[in-house]
Amino acid sequence: MDFISILSIFVLACFVGYFVVWSVTPALHTPLMSVTNAISSVIIVGALIAAAAGGSPISKWLGLVAVGLASVNIFGGFAVTARMLAMYKKKERRDA
Amino acid sequence: MHEAVAQPAWVLLAYLVAGVCFILALRGLSSPISSRRGNYTGMVGMAIAIVTTLAIHEIASLWEIGVAIAVGGTIGLVTARKIQMTAMPQLVAAFHSLVGMAAVLVGAAAFLNPEAFGIVDAAGAILPVSRVEMGLGVAIGAITFSGSVIAFLKLNGNMSGAPILLPGRHVLNLAMLAAILGLIAYFTQDQSPWVFFTAAGLAFAIGFLLIIPIGGADMPVVISMLNSYSGWAAAAMGFTLHNSAMIITGALVGSSGAILSYIMCRAMNRSFISVIAGGFGAVASTGDAAAIDRPYKRGSAEDAAFLLKQAEQVIIVPGYGMAVAQAQHALREMADLLKKEGVRIKYAIHPVAGRMPGHMNVLLAEANVPYDEVFELEDINSEFAQTDVAFVIGANDVTNPAAKTDKSSPIYGMPVLDVEKARTVLFVKRSMGGVGYAGVDNELFYRDNTMMLLADAKKMVEEIVKQLG
Repeated sequence: MDFISILSIFVLACFVGYFVVWSVTPALHTPLMSVTNAISSVIIVGALIAAAAGGSPISKWLGLVAVGLASVNIFGGFAVTARMLAMYKKKERRDA
Repeated sequence: MHEAVAQPAWVLLAYLVAGVCFILALRGLSSPISSRRGNYTGMVGMAIAIVTTLAIHEIASLWEIGVAIAVGGTIGLVTARKIQMTAMPQLVAAFHSLVGMAAVLVGAAAFLNPEAFGIVDAAGAILPVSRVEMGLGVAIGAITFSGSVIAFLKLNGNMSGAPILLPGRHVLNLAMLAAILGLIAYFTQDQSPWVFFTAAGLAFAIGFLLIIPIGGADMPVVISMLNSYSGWAAAAMGFTLHNSAMIITGALVGSSGAILSYIMCRAMNRSFISVIAGGFGAVASTGDAAAIDRPYKRGSAEDAAFLLKQAEQVIIVPGYGMAVAQAQHALREMADLLKKEGVRIKYAIHPVAGRMPGHMNVLLAEANVPYDEVFELEDINSEFAQTDVAFVIGANDVTNPAAKTDKSSPIYGMPVLDVEKARTVLFVKRSMGGVGYAGVDNELFYRDNTMMLLADAKKMVEEIVKQLG
């Protein structure tokens, strides 16, 4: 992909983000933060590339540490979001 | 060597699907009902991104990667399970710092081994455009890391929440920012390690310096801002790696944090710049000593129980103090007893109540408060006039009528909850001595229709529960 295509994706995604986030109900702003935290750890993709590659041992170890850190975030972020959202779920059952 | 360019179509599609999954994950949060499916969609997106990456690379060290994921994943899961809901702001700050650090490490790895990332030209030098992207990604990541560490320490109480003001800090910060940008520009000409690592080092320092002057109750803005930065860091890395999943996610998270920061600033009637410049709450604490001697009405749990029981409608206004005292469960118990007496209960949430966006909503949800009893400021403010009792617990500045009338008040213009319009205000507060975060005295304490309940929030509510039962 050339720079302009990448930039196009980025700019359009910013607009998507703008509209999607404004539609998030304020009651769920804390789960919004924890789930954005989890998904921003997609940076693990870069970490995996570094960790998988041969050639530079330092680079590989940096990558492995980054894989570990991002994993904390991915598992922790999604799990804590699920835990919070489950609390909101209970009310629906009771109200129904 | 241009691996990124040579990616097969299915790989590009897979990353695109992952990106779409992340959009749907956020989209789901528009209502509590769709939110859980959204969260699962997010997990699927992440799995697609990871599996795709592993599938297209020759992996020299699969078991090491497995160990890294297992160790990190276990730490994450255990933390997520054990963390108390009141500690959510700290946890989010800690998670932000990890994203920041991961971005720095990935950037450093890409700098040391650019061939693996397919960002070198024929001569083996890193492509200039990649250098800028990498430099920006590492700088934003480093700021996110050190800023989040400070935010964590402040939120967790390891460091005083009071602003720490260094002389000449604005000049220093601007100079450092200019130096970082200058170094990144120079990095396109000279790819020596010192340029890269000096820029990274300065970015770590500026993240630290940016957050230490910001006081505790401005944390909702800070934490949203750092959320935004972690997104921009991921996006910059996505540019480096030509990875659409990372770019889409980065843009989503970046916008999300920026919007949350904006909402928080608007709810405090403060500009983003003034929050970032810091020092709020350190300057405004003049003149309250005289105010403390003013007469006020003090009530007991028995008085409160009587008033609450007689009411037709009660609006509960929770704030950070409720979180500190862990009073949310006792509060819900009190509400349940009142409901049995035929009292209508509603909760009013100010956008900046607590230490992060939505903090109060999560605590109330944890205590099993039905979310259709919980209202935002603009939806409930007109109802106070028809309410018998406003029960303020652990909130202060967000109820101060001075924000509407007193032009000299530091919080003038901030949207506040009109609790004083209720027939009676019950104000739970530890003691009369302390002032709210903004350092201003609250007019509300001395009004005829206010009864102060001076005690620890949880103990007071438990007392009221006893009286009701």
